[in-house]
Amino acid sequence: MITDKTISSLSEMLEKKEISSREICQAYLKRISDLNGRLNAYITVDPGMLMVEAGISDERRSSGKQLSRYDGIPIAVKDNISTKGVKTTCASRILSNFVPPYDAHSYEQMKSRGFLLLGKTNMDEFAMGSTTETSYFGPSKNPFNTDRVPGGSSGGSAVAVSSGMAPGALGSDTGGSIRQPAAFCGVVGIKPTYGRVSRYGLVAYASSLDQIGAFATTVGDAAVLLSTISGHDVRDTTSIDREVDFRPGDLSGDVSGVRIGVPEEYFEGVSEEIAAVIKNKISLLEKSGAVVEKISLKYTEYAIPVYYLIATAEASSNLARYDGVRYGLRPEGINNLSDLYLKSRSEGFGREVKRRIILGTFSLSSGYYDAYYMKALKGRTLIIRDFQDAFSKVDAIISPVTTTTAFKIGEMISDPLQMYMSDILTISTNLAGIPGISVPVGVDGKGMPIGLQIMGDHFREKTILSLAANVEKTCEKIKPEI
Amino acid sequence: MEYEPVIGLEVHVQLNTESKIFCGCSTKFGSDSNTQTCPVCLGLPGVLPVLNEEVLKKGILAGLAINAKIASYSKFDRKNYFYPDLPKAYQISQYDKPICEDGYIEIPVKNGLKKIGIKRLHLEEDAGKSIHSETPGNNFSFVDLNRTGVPLAEIVSEPELGSGDEAYEYLQKIKTIMKYIDVSDVNMEEGSLRCDVNVSVREKGAVKFGEKVEIKNLNSFKSVRASINYEIERQIRMIESGEKIVQETRLWDADSNETYSMRSKEDAHDYRYFPDPDLAPIILAPEYIEEIKKTLPELPDAKLRRFVDEYSLPEYDSSVLTSVKQLADYFEETVKLGANPKKASNWIMSELLARITNPEEIKSFHASPGMLAKLLALIEDGTISGKIAKTVFEEMTATGKGPEQIIDEKGLKQVSDTGEIDSMIDAVLKNNQKSVDDFKNGKENAFKFLVGQVMKESKGKANPILVNDLLLKKISG
Repeated sequence: MITDKTISSLSEMLEKKEISSREICQAYLKRISDLNGRLNAYITVDPGMLMVEAGISDERRSSGKQLSRYDGIPIAVKDNISTKGVKTTCASRILSNFVPPYDAHSYEQMKSRGFLLLGKTNMDEFAMGSTTETSYFGPSKNPFNTDRVPGGSSGGSAVAVSSGMAPGALGSDTGGSIRQPAAFCGVVGIKPTYGRVSRYGLVAYASSLDQIGAFATTVGDAAVLLSTISGHDVRDTTSIDREVDFRPGDLSGDVSGVRIGVPEEYFEGVSEEIAAVIKNKISLLEKSGAVVEKISLKYTEYAIPVYYLIATAEASSNLARYDGVRYGLRPEGINNLSDLYLKSRSEGFGREVKRRIILGTFSLSSGYYDAYYMKALKGRTLIIRDFQDAFSKVDAIISPVTTTTAFKIGEMISDPLQMYMSDILTISTNLAGIPGISVPVGVDGKGMPIGLQIMGDHFREKTILSLAANVEKTCEKIKPEI
Repeated sequence: MEYEPVIGLEVHVQLNTESKIFCGCSTKFGSDSNTQTCPVCLGLPGVLPVLNEEVLKKGILAGLAINAKIASYSKFDRKNYFYPDLPKAYQISQYDKPICEDGYIEIPVKNGLKKIGIKRLHLEEDAGKSIHSETPGNNFSFVDLNRTGVPLAEIVSEPELGSGDEAYEYLQKIKTIMKYIDVSDVNMEEGSLRCDVNVSVREKGAVKFGEKVEIKNLNSFKSVRASINYEIERQIRMIESGEKIVQETRLWDADSNETYSMRSKEDAHDYRYFPDPDLAPIILAPEYIEEIKKTLPELPDAKLRRFVDEYSLPEYDSSVLTSVKQLADYFEETVKLGANPKKASNWIMSELLARITNPEEIKSFHASPGMLAKLLALIEDGTISGKIAKTVFEEMTATGKGPEQIIDEKGLKQVSDTGEIDSMIDAVLKNNQKSVDDFKNGKENAFKFLVGQVMKESKGKANPILVNDLLLKKISG
């Protein structure tokens, strides 16, 4: 089946003229129309436009003018990444009709290599959440068990790739929003170093933590997508000009002599099943020649409060622009300015977004700034140092991605603190700005996927992708039955 | 009881860069509403600011010109508040790490100069403009975002100004300096210079400051002075009648010449400043600052001193000539071409400034420094008289023709031929026998009259000194 293929094999088939872009797109559109009703992975799909673009791609290829070997392959894009002329809603009512007049840099890069836009995927509203349950368009469902959450916030992208509704997808990761849904849905998800991918066009949640990354069914495909979107962009002064050294051909999978750190703090409160699978994979790496040692990331317990202070503070300011004045929702019956603000924002934002705006506004308020926001910045520095120390001894750190496998829809949504705690294993990498990848390594007793996380030092995507490629070789492919 | 006012000014200077501070939009003034905007200054979702390096350079130059220290580390912060003309609902500004700190300027006061400390100069983006409909029944408001993102330097003085007059002088000096270094048009009418005032009053000699009142809505230097004077009196009146002064913001009403309360301290915004995560901190190498320092021109104070020393001009002349850089340049150019400094200064201050409304536009003035120097030389060598020279100057400014050409064309050359003057004197004496008699009877005025008549006869061209000598010889002889 076409929709079972990897990006690399689709590319090969296209290169050999065994298939056309139109055929590929048709297959995915069929798959989407079959499954999206049940899984709710996509917010926007425009089949007409896609088929036109596929036709243009086929013409490019037949005249030998393909933009790259991937020209004609459709990709899903999270709905907080701006796509010119295509709705970009952030799964929020307040932007439910917003059509950006520009492309995000990452999407521009995809287009310049001939990748096509398959659709915009569901997510937690403004990427605030770990389940997609905060989406204005309703939750996405886990393809392995539709009673369970797919994780979040990039849940729609993870579901699309896991269920064969897309060969790959772009997502964004602020505190685990790529790695956690990748783990829950049994796909590969990578969050690069902060600055590796331009944030231009990514609708901001927490600017100092947000980073765009990729989902795919294989480590090699993840490397293809990430290498495509990486690169310096003058429109984002936090983007960094670094050589891309992790294209599929660069990943040897040879781990001999690679030093791997295993942080004890990252196994606390982790389900026994998950811990056992991860430890098993670590011992396999050791057998392949990696050097494994125990390490300590002693400030891990502060990561949650630090993250939720910094992220919400930035969010309270980032989301202030949605005021009903220039674009977005403006309810009827506005009588004056404060009415405009109150009604637009009260009706436009969901509960979780409001909660985080209030939290962030509070922690930045005069009289509380030093005790909360400032303290959090100091905590962040300690966490960064923790990793600096660790990477002076090891090349990579391996841990679980989540403490449990995917839980039931509705199980945690009423307990925000419990929900926040579930991010404990992924948020430190965002605070430190380092890259992390989630690789599917098995399933638990209920058949739900388990993810293994590999973290590397800044700009060491090559190291973690190589290790991931090695781990991948030792795993059976996990596929949902749907 | 004697009171002492304490005044501080916050001056916003619009930097005259081509493009905005964080995007590439034009900063041109007066274009159609919302035509100079892009996703960045419109605050659309997902866009990011990128600092315009020209803004940074102009900010540093301004800081150097007010003797401030340039910070090797500074950063941008977000100032959060909701307003329809503030698209992101935060203004990117500098909070605790401004680009420049700890400067001063000197202002003229009664007995010399007074040093006024400048606490800081920081960079920030301007907001847009709200336009409220004045048509009855139309209760819409409009927003123009052309100005959104125009670069500003905010200059905050220490509370060291003691009167409305000092505030006025301070503003004049800031304006002159910013013009000299060409970082701003500093035009209060167009809004490229704006000023808020803080005023408090305390008992003379007291250490503690009184409660301060902020005054906004000031649209001219004069209203700054008037509002301060009004506010000082109001506060003293309140203290003396036993009322408490409350910290508040008041607006100046230029029609009634009064301030009235806008909001009290309790209603003051909590701006929730925090570092903007979209912009990396600015770290400046000393060499970078040095390079900018090299472009700093001679500043007005230094130029004034030099004019006094080098050209032996009076203090007053020097201060007039150096008040505008273009004027000072004009003067120096004239002197360089051989003119006597004091004479050049006299001509510029009386004749030239009478004919030009904006000395900054002196470049487009018809009479060039070269022409003025030539004109002065022609007076010096007796070709024309000082009086005729004024006619020539008038013609020069009107037509742009050189003085020699004008003199030739109009036949204005001074007559120094004694024979010619003699015959003119003879003619005048013949027709004015009464005056000759009066003179002989001791009436000094009659001589002046006769000289005037000869000059008239010559159409002003006769050399007045020769006329004097020859006439005296004739009638006394």
